[in-house]
Amino acid sequence: MRHLMSPLDFTVDELDKLFDLAGDIEKNPGKYAHSCDGKILATCFYEPSTRTRLSFESAMTRLGGRVIGFSDANSSSAAKGESVSDTIRVISCYADICAMRHPKEGAPMVAASKSLIPVINAGDGGHQHPTQTLTDLLTIRSLHGSLGGYTIGLCGDLKFGRTVHSLINALVRYDNIKFVSISPMELRVPDYVTDMLNEKGIAYEEVIKLEDVIGDLDMLYMTRVQKERFFNEEDYIRLKDFYILTPEKMLLAKKDMLVLHPLPRVNEISVEVDDDPRAAYFKQAQYGVYVRMALILTLLGLA
Amino acid sequence: MLNVGKIEEGFVLDHIKAGKSMDIYEHLGLDRMDCTVAIIKNARSKVMGKKDILKVECDINTLDLDVLAFIDHNITINVIKNGEIIEKRVLELPKQVKNVIRCHNPRCITSIEQGLPHIFFLADEATETYRCKYCEEKYAER
Repeated sequence: MRHLMSPLDFTVDELDKLFDLAGDIEKNPGKYAHSCDGKILATCFYEPSTRTRLSFESAMTRLGGRVIGFSDANSSSAAKGESVSDTIRVISCYADICAMRHPKEGAPMVAASKSLIPVINAGDGGHQHPTQTLTDLLTIRSLHGSLGGYTIGLCGDLKFGRTVHSLINALVRYDNIKFVSISPMELRVPDYVTDMLNEKGIAYEEVIKLEDVIGDLDMLYMTRVQKERFFNEEDYIRLKDFYILTPEKMLLAKKDMLVLHPLPRVNEISVEVDDDPRAAYFKQAQYGVYVRMALILTLLGLA
Repeated sequence: MLNVGKIEEGFVLDHIKAGKSMDIYEHLGLDRMDCTVAIIKNARSKVMGKKDILKVECDINTLDLDVLAFIDHNITINVIKNGEIIEKRVLELPKQVKNVIRCHNPRCITSIEQGLPHIFFLADEATETYRCKYCEEKYAER
């Protein structure tokens, strides 16, 4: 039985197959409308995450399956002190596949070790969020045409943003990608990420101002400066508005540069950018459903 | 100088950092084993000045010594059979250590899940870096 804990759980070849399937789902949704008839997805969300949960629910519903679950720990038996191991053993009796989000890092891995059904890590604290990375990869592959051969700018909170670390780890497996990190000094990518890039001989650049590099980018991945990652309000207020993408900055960018964002957006991309054809972040949410559909089919052995 | 007799079968763990033999006694689970153990603390050593020595009389297949490499890979292990040293074992860093160290990351599932073993894997041999299996946090107190 296969689970998904980290985006690196799948080889590049396996990801290609997954993305091919997602592409086919996009083109021929009707073909898959009953693929999961009679199957149940359990969404076990120990912390609220409307977007990810609804994306999973949408994916399973579009495949003809049904969804059960809970959306915060207080409405689950965890509030009574039940362990993750016990919960998943019980959920295994109720559902065919489980998507789990948990504030504690490694909780989905504990669940997977006791589970009788495939478990998908839907985000565990600041650790991994593999379906977001798969979404990002599918978006790049679909809109750029391939997963290699471009310069990607990563902008915003690169220190605490797990989506960025995860994306870099996944992208280094493809050829000819140059990384440009755009962030204040305080929020630069951690050493272990740059050490890894150096070790693999992968080109990267670290800059402070978005305007200085935006013209060189084929892709710009924006991130939110998350309030909960800061220890004090003052630092958050000082840093949160540092990197805001505006129509003026977009004038400096290439005509085909893609703007990606894991969402939710707060104010780091001004709403005027939304109508720009290069803004791909809402399409990204759509690809998130396709990739989760492909993932559910793959893990259930129905692909 | 204190004299401790020879053992017929078992292990002599030599060159233990002075004062650390009780830690090793616990890590090896010797408190739970019904065997003869001699703990020699602060023995004189030409190389180390002071050292600890542990002598354990037991079947040589009963003890898992891999954990020692994690605690201190400078320890010398003499394997004894029929009163003679039959092997001097070289310690290699274990690929995984279970319930030897605890994850201190407050965001790790090990902080709340009861009965979960604390497992660390060797992430980088060159830097002797171990990471928690669950949250991948680096173990820093070495």
